[in-house]
Amino acid sequence: MNTLPQQLANGLFLGSMYGLIAIGYTMVYGIVQLINFAHGEIFMTGGFGALTVYLALPSGTSMWVALPLMLIGGTLVAVLIATGAERFAYRPLRNAPRLAPLITAIGLSLALQEAVRNWYPQATSARVFPQINAGPWNIGSVNISSGDVFVIIAAPICMAALASFVRATRTGRAMQATAQDPDTAQLMGIDTNRVIVIAFAIGGLFAAVASLAYGLRYGQVKYDMGFQAGLKAFTAAVLGGIGNIYGAMLGGLVLGVAEALATAYIANIPGMGQFGGQGWASVWAFILLILVLLLRPQGLLGERVADRA
Amino acid sequence: MTALLEVEDLRVSYGKIEAVKGISFTVEAGQVVTLIGTNGAGKTTTLRTLSGLLRPTHGRVVFDGQPIEKVPAHKIVALGLAHSPEGRHIFPRLTIEENLKLGAYLRKDADGIAKDIQRAYDLFPILGERRKQAAGTLSGGEQQMLAMGRALMSQPKLLMLDEPSMGLSPIMMQKIMQTIVELKASGTTILLVEQNAQAALSLADQGHVMEIGNIVLSGTGRDLLHDESVRKAYLGED
Ligand SMILES: Nc1ncnc2c1ncn2[C@@H]1O[C@H](COP(=O)(O)OP(=O)(O)OP(=O)(O)O)[C@@H](O)[C@H]1O
Ligand SMILES: [Mg+2]
Repeated sequence: MNTLPQQLANGLFLGSMYGLIAIGYTMVYGIVQLINFAHGEIFMTGGFGALTVYLALPSGTSMWVALPLMLIGGTLVAVLIATGAERFAYRPLRNAPRLAPLITAIGLSLALQEAVRNWYPQATSARVFPQINAGPWNIGSVNISSGDVFVIIAAPICMAALASFVRATRTGRAMQATAQDPDTAQLMGIDTNRVIVIAFAIGGLFAAVASLAYGLRYGQVKYDMGFQAGLKAFTAAVLGGIGNIYGAMLGGLVLGVAEALATAYIANIPGMGQFGGQGWASVWAFILLILVLLLRPQGLLGERVADRA
Repeated sequence: MTALLEVEDLRVSYGKIEAVKGISFTVEAGQVVTLIGTNGAGKTTTLRTLSGLLRPTHGRVVFDGQPIEKVPAHKIVALGLAHSPEGRHIFPRLTIEENLKLGAYLRKDADGIAKDIQRAYDLFPILGERRKQAAGTLSGGEQQMLAMGRALMSQPKLLMLDEPSMGLSPIMMQKIMQTIVELKASGTTILLVEQNAQAALSLADQGHVMEIGNIVLSGTGRDLLHDESVRKAYLGED
């Protein structure tokens, strides 16, 4: 089905997933100006963590029981890896030249992929992910799967929770202070190392939620699933204005919808026939990114750079 | 009685360059002590080391009876040492009130915090009028008031001020200096770094003159104010 509402729904699903992953990039960048290129793999390990929990449950366990447990398992794994990466890979490089943590991130990325591929049972190709035994539903001309429903409910809840956490809690205020001026934050008595760990942990949590959505939607998880998803989410973070949590979500949605629409409709434009379809989806996503970077380098909701002097 | 702050043979380096080359001084409770000196003398480096943002290569810092030269910055604040940094460093995208609340980050007494915020507004009424405004929109002088108010919010035993008059109009500078006099009168212990030697020495109990990493002259504020070499070098007389 290729109706416009259907494409918008697809875009909304994709975009919510990108947005959730993008939070991890943007929180970490906002606080330590580090692009954690291993974040896509943290998303991936969340998916395998959830799968592991499912496989450990007695067969025939209802998905309504399994799903929360899988979410907890996936979150534990993703948070542990995210905070472990911070503690042991990035923190020792905090004052090193910028290239060092970047290269470390790429190395970590490959290491995590290979670790899962080689050591997780039968993970050299995709592993089947359990499905919720409900739906898909037809609403008008729109076909919606249970995976879509999961992420479209989960994403706004996560975002609202994060926004009020950052705005209204003491730790959230400490995060804002650390992002704006880390030395002065320490002079206030803020343990900035703890704030940084929390930023990585929140990124891990959101990535785990996204990985569950991915598994439910596509019915599988695979060791390299974090590459594409991570790249798109990073694009979403930059698109929205990196460092800005609302920007990450908005960037995700814009990117997801643009990608879905381009995939479906570009080919209808005379002379553009060969540029439609799934194979070109990423190309359109990155063209959008380039356009935004040219026309609005700080991203859709980005802060002016001068503000973070 | 031992001093509130004792600094002994403090050395601090940036890589191979030694910016502070073995200085010693003390601050007694209730005193105002000032460090003056030309650009690059090492005054800011000294304060940043005392508050834990920099690590000394050598020497001892004892604050309130406790060695702190290895204590992380966020724990030094908890001991009662507050630092209002050079260049003000308010949090520009937070409101004035949020900035003040961050100054009280380690305190748990909500009533006391509210009272002290009100005290900051009494001290600097303009801050109260703009409490919901982003701090980045304040003028330089107003930002300096906020930085001082914020540092006071931790109820420090010792308040370190790094060039509070920097870049301010003469009227604003007078207002800030007047505030320091008031703080002193209310018993606040202050370590003041200033380019404006005249103003700083006039209100200080003790003064130290720094030159390229060393303390070259020490005395009471009044003595230094009348010292011929100080008058020549820092008070613009020949
Ligand atoms: N981050 C840094 N890296 C390298 N050298 C530094 C750094 N900060 C300061 N310095 C050097 O250390 C010396 C002391 O600087 P410091 O800022 O402590 O001086 P200051 O007395 O506060 O001067 P000013 O009155 O200009 O504020 C200077 O020579 C300065 O160039
Ligand atoms: Mg200085």
